[in-house]
Order: sequence, then structure tokens, then C-alpha cells
Amino acid sequence: MKALLTSFLSGMVFAIGLGISGMTRPVKVIGFLDFFGEWDASLALVMLGAIAVYFVANRLSTKMPSPLLSPDFSLPKRSDLDTKLIIGAAIFGAGWGLGGFCPGPALTSLASGALPVFIFVVAIGIGMYVHTWATELRATNSSLTISPSNSTQDA
Amino acid sequence: MQQGLAARHRTKNSLMHNFTPIASLLGGLLIGLGASAMLLLNGRIAGISGILAGVLKPVRGDTLWRGCFLGGLFAGGLLLRLFMPRAFDFGVIRPFPILIVAGLLVGFGTRLGSGCTSGHGVCGISRLSPRSLLATITFIATGALVVLLVNHLTRGSL
Repeated sequence: MKALLTSFLSGMVFAIGLGISGMTRPVKVIGFLDFFGEWDASLALVMLGAIAVYFVANRLSTKMPSPLLSPDFSLPKRSDLDTKLIIGAAIFGAGWGLGGFCPGPALTSLASGALPVFIFVVAIGIGMYVHTWATELRATNSSLTISPSNSTQDA
Repeated sequence: MQQGLAARHRTKNSLMHNFTPIASLLGGLLIGLGASAMLLLNGRIAGISGILAGVLKPVRGDTLWRGCFLGGLFAGGLLLRLFMPRAFDFGVIRPFPILIVAGLLVGFGTRLGSGCTSGHGVCGISRLSPRSLLATITFIATGALVVLLVNHLTRGSL
């Protein structure tokens, strides 16, 4: 029960951070990605701040036998570099540059009530389902290897 | 052409005014704090695309915390709306067809690439994950390329 509350509060702090930082404003995101135009470096500082804090938290976590409110850590362990990772990140980046929202800011911005944000979030959901369908289709079509890509625990 | 140059000059000035180092750093610290709480208290990575995907394709016993986190995001959004409406001063909103294509790419790409700006760009890089570092470099690169193309093709009219 406590863990659900902290989940909620973490999300809330995260969202407020997104809002204060400028990540919820596509004009800032596109300005950051506009390296060849008039670059707005602000979002580099967002990453810097977030990484600085999380780097310390991660160090701390390695010294803990378990998280405070959960029996164990559930963290990604992969370290191999594969083409799916690169192609997926490339596709995501294209969508990010095109729309100016990544998933966190888009979900946070739903609270604004703006229709374009809602449309964007629905499209994200459909894109995710398309990936699931494509994966399942491949799995049924080829009995060679079934990649264990249905995990939702990422990064 | 001259008009294009003038517009470019204007954006240059306005973007210089838009540089927000303090707010962005402060926001980044809060993002890191929220993500850190998820790690130290719940033992989870605050990767938004992964958390969302887990709600869209629920697995018993692994869905409720995701719903709570996403609910928290929305609640944070409501607080912003009340106390800092400027956060939703989007500045640029692409036309619907483009937003739909962009959203589809974001949804599909984050699943194929196992994460987005939060999971790879913040959590993964902090954990010194080579996968996340590569993913982050890649999505910033293609994002920049797309912005370059869009700006070039539309000359800022989009």
C-alpha cells in the first residue's frame, strides 16, 4: 500500500520537474534539438540535474540489500548492444523531434486538457500496440527464435 | 528568402531570451528526485514508456504501481496547471496528422528500443548502462536530424 503511494508521489514530483524544466513545452524541446539552428541548451541542464541526483541514488541502491518498500530491486540487466535498440531509439528520436513531446511530458501535459496532446498520447498507445502485434506476428511466423522482448522492464 | 532570414533572426533573439538554465536545472533535479524515490523505495526504474506499456498490456501483480505512477504524473500536471500554467505554453504544436505520425513513432520506437528519455536518458545513463548511452545518443541525433529537416523544408512555417 505504501509502495503504491510512493509510486504516485514519485510520479507527481517527476511531473512537476518536467513542467519546471521546460520539457512539457515542445518549443524548448525543438529548440534543444536544433543544433544546426539557434540552439537552446536548456534541456542539457535538465539531463545534467536529473543525472546528478540519480547517479547518487543509484550508488546508494547498490549498497542496499533491497529497496525500502519492496522485497527486491527489479532493474534491467542487459548490456549487449543490438540493432533493435539502435533502430528503436532512432525511430523514437524521429518522433520526438517531429512532435516535440516524449512520453513523460506528453502524459503530464494531458492535464492541460489540450486536444493535440490527447491525440499524441493516443498515437503513442497505438504505436506501442503495433509493436506488440508485430512482435507476436513475427513470433508466430518464425519458429526459429522467439526473442524475449515482451518484458516491460526497460532501459 | 529575405523574409526567411528575418524570421530566422527573430527566432534567434527569442530563443536567446528563452534560455532557462536555472529553471531547467531545478526541474532536472526534481526529475532526478522523483526517479530516485522510485529506485530507493520501490526498486523500479522510472522509465515512462516502459511503465505506460505495462499498463497497456497488463500483467497480474505488476500493473497497479504503474497506474499509480502515471496517476501521479497526471496529478503533477494538474498542479502545474493550477500554479504554473506557463508549463503548458507549448509554443509549437504540430498539425494533427504530424502529431499522429510523431506519436506512432514515439510509441513504436520506445518499445523496440526499450526506453525513452527517462529510462535511457536519465536512469540508464546514471547507471552507466552502455545500452542507454547508445540509445540516448541515437535518439538525440535522429531528433536533431528531423528538426533540421522540418525547419529546412518548412522554413519555420509549420
